[in-house]
Amino acid sequence: MNNVKNLSDSNKVFYDLKDAIIKSGLKDGMTISFHHHFRNGDAVINQVMSVIAELGIKNLKLAASSLIDVHEPLIEYIKKGIVTKIETSGIRGKLADEISNGLMKEPVIFRSHGNRAAAIASGELNIDVAFLGVPSTDCRGNANGFSWEEECDLLCGSIGYAMVDAKWAKKTILLTPQLAEYPNTPSSITEDQVDMIVLVNNIGDPKGIVSGATRYTKNPKELLMAEMTAKVIDAVGILKNNFSMQMGTGGASLATARFLKEIMVNKGIVASFALGGITQQIVEMHEEGLIKKILDVQSFDLGSAHSARNNRFHTVISASQYASSLKTSAVNSLDVVILSALEIDTSFNVNVLTGSDGVLRGAIGGHPDTAAGAKCSIIIAPLTRGRIPTVVKHVDTMVTEGKYIDILVTERGIAVNPQRKDLAEMIMKAGLPLKSIDELQQMAEKMVGCPKPIPKTNRIVGIVLNRNGELLDKVYQVLEEQ
Amino acid sequence: MKLLRTMMFVPGNNPGMIQDAGIYPCDCLMFDLEDSVAQTSKVDARYLVQQALLTIDYPQQLVVRINDPYTRQGRQDLEAIVPCQKAIIRLPKTETASDVINCAAIITELEKKYDIPINQTKMMAAIEGPTGVLNAREIALSSERLIGIALGAEDYVTSMKTTRGSGEELFFARSMILHAARIANIAAIDTVYSNVNDEEGFINEVKQIHQLGFDGKSIINPRQIKPVHDIYVPSEKEIEKALQIEAAIKEANQRGLGVVSLNGKMVDKPVVERAKRTIALAMASGALKEIL
Repeated sequence: MNNVKNLSDSNKVFYDLKDAIIKSGLKDGMTISFHHHFRNGDAVINQVMSVIAELGIKNLKLAASSLIDVHEPLIEYIKKGIVTKIETSGIRGKLADEISNGLMKEPVIFRSHGNRAAAIASGELNIDVAFLGVPSTDCRGNANGFSWEEECDLLCGSIGYAMVDAKWAKKTILLTPQLAEYPNTPSSITEDQVDMIVLVNNIGDPKGIVSGATRYTKNPKELLMAEMTAKVIDAVGILKNNFSMQMGTGGASLATARFLKEIMVNKGIVASFALGGITQQIVEMHEEGLIKKILDVQSFDLGSAHSARNNRFHTVISASQYASSLKTSAVNSLDVVILSALEIDTSFNVNVLTGSDGVLRGAIGGHPDTAAGAKCSIIIAPLTRGRIPTVVKHVDTMVTEGKYIDILVTERGIAVNPQRKDLAEMIMKAGLPLKSIDELQQMAEKMVGCPKPIPKTNRIVGIVLNRNGELLDKVYQVLEEQ
Repeated sequence: MKLLRTMMFVPGNNPGMIQDAGIYPCDCLMFDLEDSVAQTSKVDARYLVQQALLTIDYPQQLVVRINDPYTRQGRQDLEAIVPCQKAIIRLPKTETASDVINCAAIITELEKKYDIPINQTKMMAAIEGPTGVLNAREIALSSERLIGIALGAEDYVTSMKTTRGSGEELFFARSMILHAARIANIAAIDTVYSNVNDEEGFINEVKQIHQLGFDGKSIINPRQIKPVHDIYVPSEKEIEKALQIEAAIKEANQRGLGVVSLNGKMVDKPVVERAKRTIALAMASGALKEIL
């Protein structure tokens, strides 16, 4: 039960979001931030923005860790001049379409999770007010992505992105549906970082966390690529006791975990840790004793969210500990990371941000951070998707530089970055189908042809920074269909 | 020796599957122009499969199942596929030897028309009813074009007033087809197992037909490849023995002997054949990397 004395004692607790925003001193031109741990179930951004709109505050910079389909209402706030700048790691849905078509005067700044954390810590990205939805907090602000008191349905597991905002924002406001008993510890966010707590009816729907891709695939092509990837990992000598890994959440990536598991069991190998966006599959491997520890910056399904609460060695880590480039971060200790790609070019540069039509449709996430940090970075992607080639001469938008990518696995062969001759030799020795990336590109072109260049204007709608915060690429406005 | 452990059905009107079929490690692909293609899509499927044969380099052995060659559809299928010179023609619902002979005659005409060496186009006959089962021997021996006969069980069990079960209902048909194939020295391919999600049932059936002596299984999904190939891996003992026979053959050849003998005993021709097949299976499964 809540300690009533503590509650009334606390001048941190508010019952009206408007009062809290006024008290925070939020003014025109300031920077506000949000996390995306509820992914498409998020109810905080739209809720906060509608109150800010009511208060007549304008010209804000919105620094959300990522923006998803559910954030479509932002279009209106941008049109009204309430939001004039955005810094984020990705944008999807209608909002992404509109921005690609030139909705904003200022280009969106895209940062990786690691660079966002570094930029916030270094003061390059100054957050005036952070609005962070948390499934549980006590009246002082010790908060978690789950409840210690009982296993409840409202949870998001890790709140790793929010931890950075809470630490560095000038004002941190937590939004929560109910207060936990003090002290709600151990906690991801601690009370010394929190200025206000607002009780609201809804912060998000946990069902929205699941992107739909976190189940084991039955798609034979994905299974084929997954099995090949597991064989590659085995061939290049990574599979030793205490190796470490990060897997994506795409169908092929997840299935790789399953094939890897078979090899690990057969060889009696145990991993030291799994990092990153965590899925139920990784949790199962941990519970079966195949992975000693889980470092979780974002829980990708409810299974992993529950595990963050229940498994002692499933640790919630901040985006800074995950991937910041300021000092070392966990990505630097990765042996292998498996990543996806919308496009990869013959110099191994990867695009995960813009689609074949040039429109924003993805997120940088931790792609460049893990690729740069891991000893071996593997891209797993089909050679073509329908009639669209994945392996191309030049990516539409560069998100991860080719120098950080070691291996590409497709359903029609494996290519190794020429700077990693050691890996190529081992893959060839294992009898796996090694090809040059140019061969794969030509194979794709032979199958689906060469797409016409995407018609674009000169107007820049997005700026992609590398993980050190330097300009890497620009996203241009697409020419709307005539 | 070409293995036929897995013959994967690919609907002829599915461009995505046709484009990707080559990436899967099955021994054989069977593009279907017959039952999986609706009447309204017959022309599209025929054109798609023809173009695929002409443009895509498939690593597998290729088969095209045509429509009944007594119909216009079937003859147009032959007219489109035979000149490609890429695929074995699979005859559906074969009931008698003359079904094969008549189809072979049409193929001969096409070979003449397109300057293709006579008998270069191979055939396979699917037996899908009780008449075909009882005529299996004559069918198997009907044409030198035939490289194999296959059981199609769905229509067969319906004709027999039963349904697919644990195998008893197919025991007679399978045995007939196997005997016929062995007499004619051609391959025997078993029917499909259509519940892709029932892996256990599938494995049981494959074990059964492997033990009976079938060369392989018709499959409908790439996920069914590995279970079949796993079952068709010869045992270490079999491989060892096959290698000994292989060595004995080599030795006999080197010494110009007509008879192969091992440990003082003469090795019969069927044993030599089986040893060759065991080695081919062992190589394909990776159980044997190279022959010394």
